[in-house]
Amino acid sequence: MLEIDLSMVNWARAQFALTAMYHWIFVPLTLGLSFLCAFFESIYVRTGNKEWRDITKFWMTLFGINFAIGVATGIILEFEFGTNWSNYSWMVGDIFGAPLAIEGLFAFFLEATFFAVMFFGWNRVSKRFHLFSTWMVALGSNLSAIWILVANGWMQNPVGMVFNPGTARFEMQSFFEVVFNPVAVSKFVHTSSSGFLFASLFVLAISCWYLIKKRHIQMAKKSIVVASVFGLFSSSYVALTGDTSAYEVAQKQPMKLAAIEGLYTGETKAPIVAAGILNPDKKPGDNQDPFLVKVEIPYLLSLLANHSIDSFVPGIDDLVYGNEKEGIEGVAPKIIKGKKAINALAFFKQARQENNNQKAKLALAKFKENQKYLGYGYLDKPEEAIPPVAIPYYAFHIMVALGTFFPFLFAVFLFYALKDSLAQKRWLLFIGLISGFLGFIASQAGWVVAEVGRQPWAIYGLLPVKVATTNLAVENVQITFFMFLGLFTLLLIAEIKIMLKQISIGPEEGS
Amino acid sequence: MISSLDYATLQQLWWIICSIVCALFLFLNFVQGGQTLLWEVAKTDLEKSLVITSLGRKWEMPFTTLVLFGGALFAAFPKFYATSFGGAYWVWMLILFSFIIQAVSYEYRKKENNFLGATVYELFLFINGSVGILLIGAAVGTFYTGSNFTLDLYNRVTWNYTLMGINLRGLEAAFSLFNLSLGLFLLFNARVLGALYLLNNIDLSSTPDLESRLRKGAWHSFLIALPFLLYILISILFMEGFNVDQAGRVSLVPFKYLLNLLAMPHLLVLLLAGIVLVIYGVLSSTFKKSNKGIWFCGLGTVFTGLVILSLPAFNNTPFYPSKLDLQSSLTIYNASSSMYTLTVMTYVAIGIPFVLAYVVYVWKLMDSKKLTPEEVIHEESY
Repeated sequence: MLEIDLSMVNWARAQFALTAMYHWIFVPLTLGLSFLCAFFESIYVRTGNKEWRDITKFWMTLFGINFAIGVATGIILEFEFGTNWSNYSWMVGDIFGAPLAIEGLFAFFLEATFFAVMFFGWNRVSKRFHLFSTWMVALGSNLSAIWILVANGWMQNPVGMVFNPGTARFEMQSFFEVVFNPVAVSKFVHTSSSGFLFASLFVLAISCWYLIKKRHIQMAKKSIVVASVFGLFSSSYVALTGDTSAYEVAQKQPMKLAAIEGLYTGETKAPIVAAGILNPDKKPGDNQDPFLVKVEIPYLLSLLANHSIDSFVPGIDDLVYGNEKEGIEGVAPKIIKGKKAINALAFFKQARQENNNQKAKLALAKFKENQKYLGYGYLDKPEEAIPPVAIPYYAFHIMVALGTFFPFLFAVFLFYALKDSLAQKRWLLFIGLISGFLGFIASQAGWVVAEVGRQPWAIYGLLPVKVATTNLAVENVQITFFMFLGLFTLLLIAEIKIMLKQISIGPEEGS
Repeated sequence: MISSLDYATLQQLWWIICSIVCALFLFLNFVQGGQTLLWEVAKTDLEKSLVITSLGRKWEMPFTTLVLFGGALFAAFPKFYATSFGGAYWVWMLILFSFIIQAVSYEYRKKENNFLGATVYELFLFINGSVGILLIGAAVGTFYTGSNFTLDLYNRVTWNYTLMGINLRGLEAAFSLFNLSLGLFLLFNARVLGALYLLNNIDLSSTPDLESRLRKGAWHSFLIALPFLLYILISILFMEGFNVDQAGRVSLVPFKYLLNLLAMPHLLVLLLAGIVLVIYGVLSSTFKKSNKGIWFCGLGTVFTGLVILSLPAFNNTPFYPSKLDLQSSLTIYNASSSMYTLTVMTYVAIGIPFVLAYVVYVWKLMDSKKLTPEEVIHEESY
């Protein structure tokens, strides 16, 4: 059987988390700022007002600084699937590789080609072609989000494929099922609109700083109007799609839902925890209260999870130990069936090598009986199927709280901006300034919910993370982990210093 | 039509597509080659700005092509993706690091308050252009010389090459004279391309010193590249190579790649045409003061690149051979995706000409006027 070096798995996990989280500092800004630049430039082209051109150029400069480091931190993610998760790459590459290739071909080239025009084409191409290029960059970045989220959505809800015992890997059966996977669709709309939201907060925060400092007042006010409108739409949309996302999680990944809600014992008419502190001593299956304190809203979890107040929402204990009344099978019997599938597959492989067709046929039949549980066969005990509860629980609640706050923030800003009394509302300007950082927190928290909540699975229910790795000595991964940590931190410091300098220089006015 | 293609044809088609992407990458490495020339050819701040801005408008092209190359291999040959990237861990990691530091350098080098200082960003560009390309060459070289891996029944890769007790995970590729020569050839060829591109892209009328240094740079780099090219070519003609027989058994066969060239004479023609084009490009820039050398050298590089990648993959040859366990070697037939996935990806590939068309259109539009010192001083520049 396979020998697993758990500490190596965890270093590989940490490395992927590190690189992904660094990358995700910059990507949502790219997704949203590219559109905001396109809006600003469209207004310039329509009105011919040079002030809007200066505004466009200023935000484009910040976009460029951010874009460069987004690209730098992005290249590694694609290749890391191969370097650190080679068994994963082999086992699901038949499905997972396609969206990555399509992303490269259709999204990255659009970005890369028109990015050069956007920055250097002001006097080399016509005004309209320049505007077109800016829109193409926005389109390109968001197209790339589609494909990478199709790939991620598939990890959360693997569809459109079948396990081929001959090659011992998963193979694609329906491209359209993979692309229109409901989890992928809801992930894309939720994630990309969260990028728009974060970028709107970014523009808002910097503009607030100018108003506080009483500099570039006209530019700041104009930017706030555009960012507030975009932010109001996108934050409302984020909230709406957040609801769809939660529904999809409840349907496809009930364990993740139970974890993000800290729900151990399932119930009908389940309330949602609006806020609460988890009991750190709580273990699955014991009788302790999972919460030290909590504030609940009645019925809401049942409504959110199944769109029906009377529905049953399973808790962690139901999912791990089974709940006969609700027809939920526990993890223990799944592990047994999974181990049978693994053994049958080994017999099948051996029989094929020996050219023993009779034996192969028998082994295959046995495998097919239990094939659904293959992934469970790699778990050692039922409790291994539970993600670390506290991390997704707190991340989810922080994300939801902030997500609820942002639409109100934008509405208030828009209200005062239209009354042209923002400059007098210093308290509001300070809230706006801090909100840029809050946007970053909410955005990161979202991915923590999605990815930590997915544990222990790389492919939900089919392939545990610990089986997905490359056979590497732990030192290799430790060294690359610290290389990434050091390099990305250096680059982040450089990025922030450059960004702050550019903000303090401000837009070139009247050029 | 695509749905009627058989499995073997699809597998061959996808190797050709991956080879084209890689060959285009080798051409686009003029950016990397140019980066290594920076300190040599640009002596004043203005000259530096001209060189960096000219290259900076194209830096994303090789970068994106590399990403596409990775994606295409992942989608079409996942077993290679898993075996090579996971197995030769350190080679790929170092290559990637060199591209990470490249990506920020253009944008950050001249910005105020950039923390590391302009020289460090220039050094980053130099490392990307030198170490990055050298290692890519060494990695491609293993298509001929083989690697040290075994695959188990479930295709999990084990890498085994230790030096003083340390498993080198692919770095040993650089110990082979052949791999190293290929890396050095690509590096100096990229420098030739870089110099020729800059000659073509910049209005050099007011910076004659830069022009003469660029012409000299192209010529010198070419002279250094030549012996490495010769060594590779001679080795390819005489070396023992990996062969797959009808039963799928891999063995070493003398003169394998020479036999491949004879069996696929179109590759021989392509190779000769490629070399002639490169030589013509360099000679015309050096002796006839032409500024169009980049197009000849570029096309020549694409042709040569195509041959380098096709020769060890077709005619019953495993493209990613294992020295350690011959039977673990990867062929385009045992490393590919399923027929379904390759068919889907072939439909997707119909988009490639459209992408190429708009890239070329925008490139021509942006480069219709040469980069002038005035533009670098008064407008957006790196």
